[in-house]
Amino acid sequence: MANTAEQPYDVEAIRADFPILHQETRPGVPLVYLDNAASSQKPRQVIEVLDDYYRRYNANVHRGIHKLSEEATAAYEGARVKIKRFINAASKREIIFTRGTTESINLVAQTWGRANLKAGDAVLTTVMEHHSNIVPWQMLAAEKGFTIRYAPLRDDGTLDMDAFRQMLGEGAVKLVAVMHVSNVLGTINPVAEIVRLAHEAGALALVDGAQSIPNMPVDVQQLDADFYAFSGHKMIGPTGIGVLYGKRDLLETMPPWMGGGDMISRVRLDGSTWNELPYKFEAGTPSIAQAVGLGAAVDYLSAVGLDRIQAYEKRLIEYALERLAEVPQLRVYGPHADQKGAVAAFTFANIHPHDLAQMLDVEGIAIRAGHHCAMPLHDYLGIGASARASFYLYNTFSEVDVLIEALYKARKAFSI
Amino acid sequence: MYDMYRENILDHAQNPRHPGILSPADVDHEEHNPLCGDRLRLTLRLDEQNRIKEIAWDGEGCAISQATASMLAEEILGKTVDEVRQITRDEVLELLGIPLTINRLKCALLSLKTLTIGLYGLKEWQKHDDEDDE
Ligand SMILES: Cc1ncc(COP(=O)(O)O)c(C=O)c1O
Repeated sequence: MANTAEQPYDVEAIRADFPILHQETRPGVPLVYLDNAASSQKPRQVIEVLDDYYRRYNANVHRGIHKLSEEATAAYEGARVKIKRFINAASKREIIFTRGTTESINLVAQTWGRANLKAGDAVLTTVMEHHSNIVPWQMLAAEKGFTIRYAPLRDDGTLDMDAFRQMLGEGAVKLVAVMHVSNVLGTINPVAEIVRLAHEAGALALVDGAQSIPNMPVDVQQLDADFYAFSGHKMIGPTGIGVLYGKRDLLETMPPWMGGGDMISRVRLDGSTWNELPYKFEAGTPSIAQAVGLGAAVDYLSAVGLDRIQAYEKRLIEYALERLAEVPQLRVYGPHADQKGAVAAFTFANIHPHDLAQMLDVEGIAIRAGHHCAMPLHDYLGIGASARASFYLYNTFSEVDVLIEALYKARKAFSI
Repeated sequence: MYDMYRENILDHAQNPRHPGILSPADVDHEEHNPLCGDRLRLTLRLDEQNRIKEIAWDGEGCAISQATASMLAEEILGKTVDEVRQITRDEVLELLGIPLTINRLKCALLSLKTLTIGLYGLKEWQKHDDEDDE
């Protein structure tokens, strides 16, 4: 990996680390992967760690008194410490391994939420949320009878903070649950301020960090978030692994969710006591290889530098927005580049996003089309679906050009 | 190869020092280690200076956990609770004098955990816990 903080950002050196990028989707058509908000690609440094794990020291963790289990446990717990440092948690016990953002949020809903939310209470969230930060609350609300308030957006796709404050001021809010960065609009929410306001109102704050953690430096202590959730597969790590960060004092008071092995301290037929953090929330054999792989992903991202990745992506999205603006009848949703992650969701004349995605696929370009698990947001925007190009550390300016060219081709095909 | 089962460790495990239960006791606390199924109940009596004047413990489990409990009991007898509070994880591991792998640390530290939580509560133990964060 040729990129270190002292050198200029070398995207070609980064690309060289990602084997999957160097392919043609059909003869003569190179892959242009612009579906990073859905899932990112993996560098060989991560792939090799997975391979090494299965070749050399695959074993169950926390129980075996033999060499392989000791090695697997050390690697699994080592990954936890890497992630603790990566997000600047106060303790590694605040890092709970889950399957991903969705499971992390469900964990909070099923443990803290189930124990604390009741009729008369409110959860305050936003209309821009991913389904994973809406549905778990709706499911619990149906059972417990609390209400959910959805803060609206301004016309530019940013959160309407006046309305947010007002909804918070109406009282009864026990939890504020917001995304850090929108997976559709790219909006970067003022999370530190949101957390502060939540705390002033006596509420806890949960942040969906699925789209922020991969692309920008995040310091959970500085944000003061009570819970912070993210997924490994969106940050060049494996699928099947994610993290719930929670403040330790809070996690200590929360009941466990899933019961089984590893999460207990002592089991008797008349009842059981729970293991300490974080194992209380890690029932069953965890995703060991994936956790170790996530540790390698964190190493890779840290070596390149999240601040540098963010700066590079900013230039890239600025350029992409500029080029997209040239295309007639194409409408991009969300704020300007200075308040936005590297995501561009758009509609193009009357071409359905699915048809557009299909046509771009012929050109080797992978984008996403649909509601991107944010149906309420699309309803709010008054559109059924959108096309979305999302960029990451290995995308290039010339890939933006390939996208624009393909859009013009589509335009011609649809004679618009 | 059998370094882990050096003579003094086996001696402590098989002939534990200060066995039993004090009743009444000033401190009476029990902890478990789910890995090996180790259990340790520790009872203490203190004098007016908060010095540990009597100690007795009862437990079952692997040789590592039982030997450490026995060694630690000898170590802390006569010390004040403030002095006991200063005992670090590494000092306990030094009593054992053998390198331990990650899965065995819990066995070796069960006695310090029981002692610390019994005297000062869970919060105090969490400080020890964080020593291996970095
Ligand atoms: C903002 C946001 N939240 C949550 C998720 C859900 O993540 P996962 O499917 O990895 O649980 C995603 C990704 O799909 C997302 O973009």
